[in-house]
Amino acid sequence: MDERPVAATDDAADAGAEAVSAIRLRRLSREYGERLALREVDLELAEGETLALLGPNGSGKSTMLRILATLLRPTSGEVEVLGCQLPDESWKLRGRIGYLGHEPLLYRDLTGRENLVLQARLHGIPGDEASARIEHDLELLEMSRRADDRVAGFSAGMRQRIAICRAVIHRPTLLLLDEPDSNLDPEGRELSRSLIGPAEGRTRVLVSHEPERAIAEADSVVRLDRAGRVEQTDHNLRQGPAGSGTPG
Amino acid sequence: MTGRGLKTLSIATVLFLMAGFALVFLWVPMDADQGFKQKIFYLHVPLAIVALLGFIAGGIEGYRHLRSGDRRHDANSYVFIHISVVFGVAVLVTGAIWAKASWGYWWVWDEPTLVSFLIVFLLYCTYYPFRYAIEDRDRQARYASVFAITAGAFVPLNFMAVRMAESVIHPRVFATSEGGLPDSMLLTFLVCFVGMGLLWITLVKTEMVGKKVSGQVSRLRRTLHDDGTGGGSVGGRIAPSVESN
Amino acid sequence: MTPSRSAFAALLAKDLRTELRTMRSLPAMVLFAVTTFIIFRYGLDRTTLSGSLAGGVLWTTLLFAGILGINRIFVSELEEGGFDAIRLAPIDRTVLFTSKASALFIYLLVLEAIVVPVFALFFLPDWSALIPLLPFLLGANLGFAVLGTLISSMAVNSRARDLLVPLLLLPLVVPLMIAVTAVSAGLFDAAGPDYEGFGTWLLVVGLYDGIFLLVGYAVFDFLLED
Repeated sequence: MDERPVAATDDAADAGAEAVSAIRLRRLSREYGERLALREVDLELAEGETLALLGPNGSGKSTMLRILATLLRPTSGEVEVLGCQLPDESWKLRGRIGYLGHEPLLYRDLTGRENLVLQARLHGIPGDEASARIEHDLELLEMSRRADDRVAGFSAGMRQRIAICRAVIHRPTLLLLDEPDSNLDPEGRELSRSLIGPAEGRTRVLVSHEPERAIAEADSVVRLDRAGRVEQTDHNLRQGPAGSGTPG
Repeated sequence: MTGRGLKTLSIATVLFLMAGFALVFLWVPMDADQGFKQKIFYLHVPLAIVALLGFIAGGIEGYRHLRSGDRRHDANSYVFIHISVVFGVAVLVTGAIWAKASWGYWWVWDEPTLVSFLIVFLLYCTYYPFRYAIEDRDRQARYASVFAITAGAFVPLNFMAVRMAESVIHPRVFATSEGGLPDSMLLTFLVCFVGMGLLWITLVKTEMVGKKVSGQVSRLRRTLHDDGTGGGSVGGRIAPSVESN
Repeated sequence: MTPSRSAFAALLAKDLRTELRTMRSLPAMVLFAVTTFIIFRYGLDRTTLSGSLAGGVLWTTLLFAGILGINRIFVSELEEGGFDAIRLAPIDRTVLFTSKASALFIYLLVLEAIVVPVFALFFLPDWSALIPLLPFLLGANLGFAVLGTLISSMAVNSRARDLLVPLLLLPLVVPLMIAVTAVSAGLFDAAGPDYEGFGTWLLVVGLYDGIFLLVGYAVFDFLLED
């Protein structure tokens, strides 16, 4: 089964533009208690490209990812993801994004498979197709054997592998990955690349604590400073299927 | 809600309350059945009605907050409930005084309205520990609104259920139902009612103004200290602040 | 958007499966209730109960046992990252409300199926009151389930979770308790079930359940926002 996602043909997208914008942020700010976690962030990411989001601890990277995932509302500013205005059109967006956060978002008392089946049902994926996808992904990440054990008994690495399956079960076109390699051994990282690594038509926002690795995969890099402001932006870092600029 | 008109309001409140007081003690005739102690009703009942209306208004503001996301409605809801709870204490105290005078006990279960009010009062007392247990400001405001709406829906249900329980077990007629009041008592009652209502509004406005000022102060402080590292007052107030828009 | 019916079924199945597997709530609830009956036997120094005393003991015990279950209903969501998996899914979030309330309703039903016969065994001279009690057991379950879900979903995010649920729930269930204990007093009458007020109280319970179902349904979505 060919599992590479097809590039989205989105009604709301601007059909005439050359590089369709997957994410567009204008002066995005988000409060956190009495201070601002994100401060007037401007950002644009074209479809099919990878964005590396870097910065020190507390710079708001995870917050931004959660806003893009519709889990948090922006305090002010404009957020447009896959043609949908957040937060008003959040409901349109769910089901088209895959979010992998710090938490694996798995129910501890269910088995790995049961978790994935639940996710599939919540996303409205028909039974047969869901089973096929689940088996395929488990096989890919070499979790087929252990998938019938309860998640509570998993090691962190195993949990992360199932979490990755969970995040992409519905084959989203936009991936929001918050340190996806955490807890994974080198083998796990390699195996997961086909599901969450760079690919044709796959738009990704990647937060990583290993800047070199993230930058190597990225078409753009955005660096946030401690105040949640954009410190630096680099575009078109590599010759990719969607990028057309010169590297560096 | 601004401080405008607060002075006029306070004066009106004082006038009405004084007029009410005068009417109660100098003019209105004594109740034939209960005598002097009946006069506490001119205090007790208006307090109760205003408090209950205040609770329901708090629920309405909670609903408006959820609909619009405008924090001002949450601040309104908070203050409405706060003042009504304070009034509630007065209701229970005056109710206890009346109970003592009528039956010799500081509390009686035979009065359905008083019992209902106690339950409502206890419920709204839980508003505070509930609010303060939630740390995130946005979530706190939203949950408080949900509480205000739920509790507001609860008030009429509660009164109905308690009254029914009493009527099934102890059938009796509540002596001071307004329908049977002679004109002089009705007038006195109305004056007191308006006075209490004005008092409620005055207190609400006062508290709102106070919150607005402290909100401005904390915002100034925040801009002063804000160098991006969150050096401002992080462990600040938990109660809602009023932002001027 | 995923159709609500399949999302509801998936979530309810998840909760029931989890409970069956971990037995986190039910055994504690049942044990609590039975122990409480024993305490009442000695505390009241009675071996049979009738009338309002019987109603009071039964309903108070069911209420406090129910609160144990209500406290735990959202724990699995909280553990796995705070409702995020639900919030990310393309579903109507009210489905979480209905599925949790349904799960709670079922737990209460199971609790009563075990505990009410035990109560009858311990304290009642005959079991004739139990059948007419049934609609009130169901009605009270619905009320507890709806309010319990609503309150638990708010309390679960706070630090004082276990305190907050009883604190908020107890005043709110007073009208419900008034209704069921009033009618139970008649049903448990020593001389045989007395049906006075049966219809009226049933109406009160129905009204109570209806109002809070509406309120819960309307506001639940706002509780899951951020």
